[in-house]
Amino acid sequence: MTILEIKLCGIKMRNPTMLAAGILGSTASSLNWAARSGAGAVVTKSFGLSPNKGYANPTTVEVTGGVINAIGLSNPGVDNFKDELLKLNKSVPAIASLYGANPEEFSEIATRVEGLVDALELNVSCPHAIGGCGSAIGQDPLLTAEIVGSVKKSVKIPVFVKLTPNVTDIVEIALHARDAGADALTMINSLGPGMRIDIETGKPILKNKFGGLSGPAIKPVAIRCVYDVFDSVDIPIIGVGGIRDHEDVLEFLYAGASCVQIGTSIMYEGMDIFGKILNGLERFMDEKGYGSVDELVGIAHK
Amino acid sequence: MHVPKIVKIKRIIEESPTVKTFIFDWEVKNEIPGQFMMVWNLHDEKPMSISMIDPLKNEIGISIKNIGEFTGQVHELTPGDKLGLRGPYGRGFHIAGSKVLAVGGGIGMAPIVAFSEEASRIGVDVHVVSAASTMNELLFDDRIQRSRSKLLTCTDDGSHGLCGFGTDLAEKAMSEDDYDMIVSCGPEIMMKKLFEMVEKFKIPAQFSLERYMKCGMGLCGQCCVDDLGWRVCVEGPVFWTDELKMITEFGKYKRDSSGVKHSIS
Repeated sequence: MTILEIKLCGIKMRNPTMLAAGILGSTASSLNWAARSGAGAVVTKSFGLSPNKGYANPTTVEVTGGVINAIGLSNPGVDNFKDELLKLNKSVPAIASLYGANPEEFSEIATRVEGLVDALELNVSCPHAIGGCGSAIGQDPLLTAEIVGSVKKSVKIPVFVKLTPNVTDIVEIALHARDAGADALTMINSLGPGMRIDIETGKPILKNKFGGLSGPAIKPVAIRCVYDVFDSVDIPIIGVGGIRDHEDVLEFLYAGASCVQIGTSIMYEGMDIFGKILNGLERFMDEKGYGSVDELVGIAHK
Repeated sequence: MHVPKIVKIKRIIEESPTVKTFIFDWEVKNEIPGQFMMVWNLHDEKPMSISMIDPLKNEIGISIKNIGEFTGQVHELTPGDKLGLRGPYGRGFHIAGSKVLAVGGGIGMAPIVAFSEEASRIGVDVHVVSAASTMNELLFDDRIQRSRSKLLTCTDDGSHGLCGFGTDLAEKAMSEDDYDMIVSCGPEIMMKKLFEMVEKFKIPAQFSLERYMKCGMGLCGQCCVDDLGWRVCVEGPVFWTDELKMITEFGKYKRDSSGVKHSIS
């Protein structure tokens, strides 16, 4: 056992990093690539019941400290996605990210992929979804609880719930998700939404006009969310938002995250980012004399 | 920054009944033939190969074939109209060898003409196979001849040059001449056949792949290819044959905007 190994909801991970949902991850090939590059687990891009083309381009634009995107949950639908899940090389745990508009949809998709993945992550937090999906759910504590409860009744594998930071009190939502049976909380989804306007033409650049902000700029907000929820909720937290190096990972662990996800910074660093972060983390722990990642979790609360 | 830069169309060249080249003032830095730009017409944004790079006049050109809604809208623009460009993106063609065969089919000639101009400029002996459906659709003949590359043409209907496919003419060229390297861009079915030929002739080769793209910056995963997961927008669009051998979907299928697979035929 290396010092980076962790256990999350009974799932053994060789290190505390995951590929975040929505960055690559729509094919087995790209998920396997993240695993080959060092990720301790991989999360798929979110998928729903039917194929969805998402929004027209431009769907992404860079801003200071990150990216705003309104991809619009494009995905080939659960039936096609099952073919991809079957091709995962199983070298690391796989987590399926699901979206839907109501408890029945979530539960149906969950049931159909339960046998192919190690855990589920419910996307109730996409800030640019339509038709009552995404943050329309995650901003409503009761609806969130209803969906989590429904999925928990339908499957036996662990269920993570990905929360939106775009609420007045994220602790309230976290408590409702926990009470409904969530096994872990992933936080945070992209921030905002935000906009970027072209100054030559006066046009909003994104076709959808607004999109979720991700990347290093949102990290302080994510750290605060993790910190607040850690104090009130007793299930593991998966930290995500703007991680670019091992120092960022340490901040998340100190705030109370048990492990982390990495997404947007792949734009800056490529897939090598996992290896770089793991080397930095192991070197830091070695120098400071830490024997396991668990020892780092929640340090900021002591 | 991955943000569209608004540029005015400087001039437009009608290359064929279906293809126009749009020229822009652009500070040329490291643009390489085979790289692409994300082109925003204030409604939609699509990846387009750079078809002309002029580091002396600081101009670049994008050639667009009118095949659908977006390309139709761009074709209606006139000089002075604005487009947003971001890029250049991806890995372009590597210029290597002293004698090179460049094979382009249809609008795939766009990066091929940019390559032949750049390679000729630095002293490479370039032979260009230009393939089109019919004579009127043969692209960039004048530019290829002006670059002192040798032009070989073929058309599906025999209206100009050899009657046959680009692969027929390329095979003939490879049998008659010794090439150090091959580059190609065109319909995937053509490139797949050419790939098999260059393997037989044991000539190193590079191919430019096309996949549905959204972000162009390596995040959305829309253009990832099986089985290694490489992003065509970052690791590609140009791949060497040894890399293509690991792209198992090459010549077989591609994914659409939702990620559903469609076979290539």
